[in-house]
Amino acid sequence: MGIIRIYKVFLLLLYIALQISPVFPRVIFVNPSGEIKTISQAISNSNSYDSVFVVKGYYKESNLNINKPLTLIGTDYPVIDGTYSNSNILTVTSSNVIISGFIIKNVGVSAVNDNAGIKVTNSNYCKIENNRLFNTFFGIYLAKSKNCYILGNEVKGNGNVESQSGNGIHLWQCSTIVIQKNRVVNNRDGIYFEFVSNSSIQYNYSSKNKRYGLHFMFSDNCDYINNDFIDNGAGVAVMYTKNIKMQNNRFIDNWGASAYGLLLKDIRDSFIYDNEFKNNTIGILAEGSNRLDIKRNNFIRNGWAVKIMANCIDDNFSRNNFISNTFDVATNSKQSYNKFHENYWSEYDGYDLNNDNYGDVPYHPVSLFSYLTSQNEPAIILLRSLFINFLDAAEKVFPSITPEALVDKKPLMRPIK
Amino acid sequence: MNNFLKILHFELINVLKSKWIIFYGLSFFFITEAIFRLGGSGSKAIVSLLNLSLILIPIISIIFGTIYVYNSREFIELLLTQPIKRSQVYFGLYLGLTFPLSISYLIGIMIPFLIHGIAEPIVLTSLLLSGIFNTFIFTGIAIVIALKFDDKSIGIGVALLFWFFFSIIYDGLVMMLIWQFGDYPLEIPLILSSILNPLDLGRVMVMLKFDLAALMGYTGAIFEKFFGETIGIVISLIMMSIWVIFPFFYGLKIFKTKNF
Repeated sequence: MGIIRIYKVFLLLLYIALQISPVFPRVIFVNPSGEIKTISQAISNSNSYDSVFVVKGYYKESNLNINKPLTLIGTDYPVIDGTYSNSNILTVTSSNVIISGFIIKNVGVSAVNDNAGIKVTNSNYCKIENNRLFNTFFGIYLAKSKNCYILGNEVKGNGNVESQSGNGIHLWQCSTIVIQKNRVVNNRDGIYFEFVSNSSIQYNYSSKNKRYGLHFMFSDNCDYINNDFIDNGAGVAVMYTKNIKMQNNRFIDNWGASAYGLLLKDIRDSFIYDNEFKNNTIGILAEGSNRLDIKRNNFIRNGWAVKIMANCIDDNFSRNNFISNTFDVATNSKQSYNKFHENYWSEYDGYDLNNDNYGDVPYHPVSLFSYLTSQNEPAIILLRSLFINFLDAAEKVFPSITPEALVDKKPLMRPIK
Repeated sequence: MNNFLKILHFELINVLKSKWIIFYGLSFFFITEAIFRLGGSGSKAIVSLLNLSLILIPIISIIFGTIYVYNSREFIELLLTQPIKRSQVYFGLYLGLTFPLSISYLIGIMIPFLIHGIAEPIVLTSLLLSGIFNTFIFTGIAIVIALKFDDKSIGIGVALLFWFFFSIIYDGLVMMLIWQFGDYPLEIPLILSSILNPLDLGRVMVMLKFDLAALMGYTGAIFEKFFGETIGIVISLIMMSIWVIFPFFYGLKIFKTKNF
């Protein structure tokens, strides 16, 4: 008897507690034909930690401010149309916010404000998941935020002119962010990192962006793994950074007068493993980049597989495959402070008498012509001329002009699988 | 006119009899076929073929042409004793050489392409066009050389020298120019230099037709702009035609007045 009474009292107390508690999460539905018709109404009616479910429909709204912890979920992809007004569509200024399952489109282009589809500032633990953003100037914009998760979004810009389009996923002064399985197409920069640390970019697809597929500056201790960077205006740029890990990415079809697979500028102590560089004008362009470990990459049919400037020191290229590139390596100096060893070069024509799979003759990957053209660019017009073939052949036998120190003393006879 | 056709007919039979020409066509066939079989795709095959035809066509045309004219010297002298116009004999000789050479080149290259499928038709066309132009140009030069020098050994030496100049020395000079004047904008002089040498012109045209222009950065962009526009193509064709016409008429002039 006593137990039942205590139980009843407990239930009563719980009921009262739940009724009066301001933090008890509620669920608010937004429905074009329901009681709450707009998302802004739902947000202003909600308390912290509520959930707002938005039913499929067409919502012409913008400048939605989320300044409290909130879960915002769209069912069956409701459309939020910003009608090109000069503001963000969703602005998040609070921690613990989830935004998931929306189609967000049409943000006004502004030269003054970086308008975005979803802008997150000063936030901790937010999650932006499975949204589709079209014509949003900047797509997903994170500033001064930490511990966020950006997963499975699609950001598609209008991609007409560089000055009229923003970045797909833009991070500024953030840390510990994971960007995973997103698809960024037709923006200015696909993914943009500035002053970001300890973050990871994984399994993304970045293509047809006007400038860089990935633009990466002052962002230490980050990694990007298993991404595809295909046919971007100028490829991928990684600059002024240390401790980066780049693994299993594919850099493909970045072809044009100033396009690279990967541009490295002032990078140090970083790792480039298992990537594929295919059909790029320049596979890797390295400037002022020191102590890089470049291993097990495939360089296939690039104009230049690697262009390494004289201000790069202690870079290590080993066990890479260089296959059918017009030029394997180019440099602008007679000196070389970098190490090439145990790579496979398809141009190598030495022999292997003791069958240990290492060629017995060293390979000089810098041909005379590639050296001449990096000294004097217009000389490239003599490409494939008989005269140049003779020069290259002569230089191969007695290297005198090309950097003698830049040599692979143990070239592999067969490519690495 | 009837005489001209008769002479042409005889020259054609005579050139074919020498079997050289068949060997020439067959070698193009086998090389093209080999490139395809060794895994070259259409565009790769064309680049390899370009290298090859830029070496083979000029040297074969100029050497074969010179030797042929020297060997048919007695026959030409015999013909000239007949009441036939000298120009007709000359036309017969010229076309009798250039036709079989260009046709065996065309057939040799086209059969493998027809078997394996034609890729990049525009690039292929410009490759074939430059090959045929070069055949006409270097055969013309060969005839001039053979008429100019009565001594056979000197003639062949001079022919080799011409080939050597166009395919190697000329590019060496261009390289020197680039080296000496590297501090100046060289794009316009370089366009000029590649128009002036028929071998360079063929090479640059085919390379630009590929995406290789991107490789060439700023230089390539300017070249592509020039050669991509109609005016550039027209100028190139005119230049090639001048290279055909000039040796042809110069040879005709010598032939008409030469005291055999």
